[in-house]
Amino acid sequence: MKILATRPERCTGCGACEIECARTWFKVDDKEKSRIRIFPPAKEGQPFRIVVCNQNGACIDVCPTVALKRAKNGVVQLNKSLCVGCLSCVGFCPNQAMFYHPDYTEPFKCVACGKCVDVCPEGALYIAEVADAPASVTDTWLQKEAV
Amino acid sequence: MSHHIAEMKAAHRLLAEFTYEKHPVQRGYTNRTLYINLSDNTIAGKPVSEEMKEKFTGGKGFGLWLLWHGIRDTTKWNDPENEIIISTGPIGGITTYPGTGKSLVVSLSPLTDSVMDSNVGGYFGPYLKFAGWDAIEIQGKAEKDVIIFIDGDTGRITIEEAPLEPVDTHLLTDILVQMYGGDDHHARRAISTVTAGSGAQHTRFGCLNFSWYDLRRRAARVKQAGRGGIGTVFRDKRIKALVVKFSDLKADSNGPADLGRLQRVGAKMHKEIHDYDDQQCGMRRHGTSYLVGIMNDYDLLPVHNFRYGSHPDGHKIDVKVWDARFTQGVPDGCWYGCTLSCSHAVDGFVLRTGPYKGQRVIVDGPEYENAAGLGANCGIFDPDYIIEANFYCDTYALDTISVGTAMAFAMECYEMGLIDKRATGGLDFRFGNAEAAIEAIHQMGRGEGFGAIIGQGVRRMKKIFAEQYGADPKILQDIGMEAKGLEFSEYMPKESLAQQGGYGLASKGPQHDEAWLIFMDMVNNQIPTMEDKAEALHYFPIWRTWFGLCGLCKLPWNDIVPPDNALTDEPAKIPEHVRNYVEIFSAVTGRQVTSEDLLLMSERVYNFQRVFNLRMGFGTREHDKIPYRAQGPVTVEEYESRAERYDKQLKALGYDVEKMSTPEKVAALRAHRESQYEKLVDAVYARRGWTKNGVPKVETLQRLGIDYPDVVEIVRRAGG
Repeated sequence: MKILATRPERCTGCGACEIECARTWFKVDDKEKSRIRIFPPAKEGQPFRIVVCNQNGACIDVCPTVALKRAKNGVVQLNKSLCVGCLSCVGFCPNQAMFYHPDYTEPFKCVACGKCVDVCPEGALYIAEVADAPASVTDTWLQKEAV
Repeated sequence: MSHHIAEMKAAHRLLAEFTYEKHPVQRGYTNRTLYINLSDNTIAGKPVSEEMKEKFTGGKGFGLWLLWHGIRDTTKWNDPENEIIISTGPIGGITTYPGTGKSLVVSLSPLTDSVMDSNVGGYFGPYLKFAGWDAIEIQGKAEKDVIIFIDGDTGRITIEEAPLEPVDTHLLTDILVQMYGGDDHHARRAISTVTAGSGAQHTRFGCLNFSWYDLRRRAARVKQAGRGGIGTVFRDKRIKALVVKFSDLKADSNGPADLGRLQRVGAKMHKEIHDYDDQQCGMRRHGTSYLVGIMNDYDLLPVHNFRYGSHPDGHKIDVKVWDARFTQGVPDGCWYGCTLSCSHAVDGFVLRTGPYKGQRVIVDGPEYENAAGLGANCGIFDPDYIIEANFYCDTYALDTISVGTAMAFAMECYEMGLIDKRATGGLDFRFGNAEAAIEAIHQMGRGEGFGAIIGQGVRRMKKIFAEQYGADPKILQDIGMEAKGLEFSEYMPKESLAQQGGYGLASKGPQHDEAWLIFMDMVNNQIPTMEDKAEALHYFPIWRTWFGLCGLCKLPWNDIVPPDNALTDEPAKIPEHVRNYVEIFSAVTGRQVTSEDLLLMSERVYNFQRVFNLRMGFGTREHDKIPYRAQGPVTVEEYESRAERYDKQLKALGYDVEKMSTPEKVAALRAHRESQYEKLVDAVYARRGWTKNGVPKVETLQRLGIDYPDVVEIVRRAGG
């Protein structure tokens, strides 16, 4: 499956990826609405911190409405019509890569579209092919007969 | 929809129909309540005044206020004018914070004959509000079984005669979710039902089952409004079910004033649970069942009708056993966004007894109270029995706590020879006899035999055993674990004076939702003096009442704590979580409140409920008494089982225990402990602003702003 992968050591914190992401998905220049976030180094000499979904799927099993599912290409997608905006996935994402904004009732995440890769001047972002994630507990349940 | 469900639906006869205009919820309120009278099939809306919101907040507050105006002083639980009121509260139904989908149910109780409240999860309360109603108030009695359907999608309410559906919950819920929700699973989650069962018809401790929908198992599941017999009132009114439909749930369905503020505090809380639940209570892994082993270790697990606090077989029903049986692999919450997720279930359990023998079922739970009450308290340490008994209690709609405590009492009476097989109809009702216990539960479902006697509750059993079998009323009083007519919940209060007060002084009867002080008192030694205990018995019941006004679950307040909580000034209050609740209330309602404001909301309703008890002929000091079994060792055998502990206490009091016989020591300890309880009651009443007789003073009502003429009149008559 493909994911958005990062090379933090190359990141200069210019924020072009955040702006491009917000433009692509929300049609605005607001970094608070980006699905990728860049944080300054915690200490001098350390790289910028790039926070973005790695499609590990931890959110799938905490969603009470089964609105989060892994698509055929391996990317975890949120079905907004099923989502009730509880933000369980936000609190339970091990990478803190699920985001929300008060303008929207549903959270949002990276779907590895690659738009940010195109605008990163340093090559700090790229689309990588990785091994498929194991099936979630939710998938296992949904493959069973209805109880 | 299957053929047989279509047939049941076709048999419905429309008795009344009401259409209404839907409005979006505004800042947590719809500003109207739904009134239904089943005697004449009235369906009507009532406005919610600003006064009602300001003084009674919502949830239990609305329930008490509506009931107060709906009944007379002389109304009995089975009079048509008794009501069942269900209301969530202004925060109820938000999805962004854990534990925000509770409903509060209020009615006159068949057990206590006074006002009762019971809280429950599931989707009903929030969906009812989003359908357009802050509360539903049901009065009157139907002639034949009815279903009330509130369609929040179209704004239509119907009362339908429903002759064919079975009444037991596991069957009925499944049928109704399909009947009203259709075949699509996501459409089924738009349905929530309230049902009872055959046991609710034949006992006084019937419960109500509120449904939610498990999208992974693709099955409806239920939570219980257990305490006080409101399920019995429900069936007495010939209600088969309430059904609500609401399809368009979103994060802003509750109309919050500030969604962003809710999102921030909610996301923070979810992360706290993610980071710390595993190392703290492990609610997500095993729910409240983790408590069994802990209680057993601390000598707090009720064993053999509260004689003892532990048992060598306790480990047979502790968390390891339940962990292995909770097989969903994904923690479940009973409302959206509850990441504390205490709802657990046993899958594919094949029933071994009763009318559904051989059926493969999902069993919700067992939770701590079920394992402790149905199991340890009855001396039964067999997990399969506990699961089976738990299932049947739920589907028959029996309160597992009352069933456990009432059966334990009957078992002790049998073992003491106070009753024999004439009374039990041949059942060998010894502690530990699982076969007899499950048969008694089936008898409760059928309304037959000894089960039907147990189903009258401990208070009435005491009378029956004394009058019909010549049992000594004094010993029955000492060992019958009820107060105000309600059975004790499953925590051993003997060694904690504060917990004795927590039980004895609780408005509705001995349920731990008001004050659970055992650990503060005994383990952490945080409230050593009488004044400390009295302060705790003022603060915690008031604070905990607030959850029931707003549609909240208590668990996310203190079954998870921030990592630095122990370093705060008052760790037992969980200060950071209190601030979260201040945030949530302000964000939903737009009123910028403080933590003191929250306490004032509660103190009003708490005192109003006390006055309501007075109005119904209760609510004074004599009704706050508890049986001695809750306070100390009743028998020589009990004393000797913990002789070292009790001897030490007597020595500290100046007794020369070497020269005393055990009966003398029992009597000396009893005199001391009973006088301590009375001193505690004095101190708590004073702290609460009540008279020595437990009556709220007029000045207290004035301070709280609930000095309505009729309320003051009742208090004055009682010397307040």
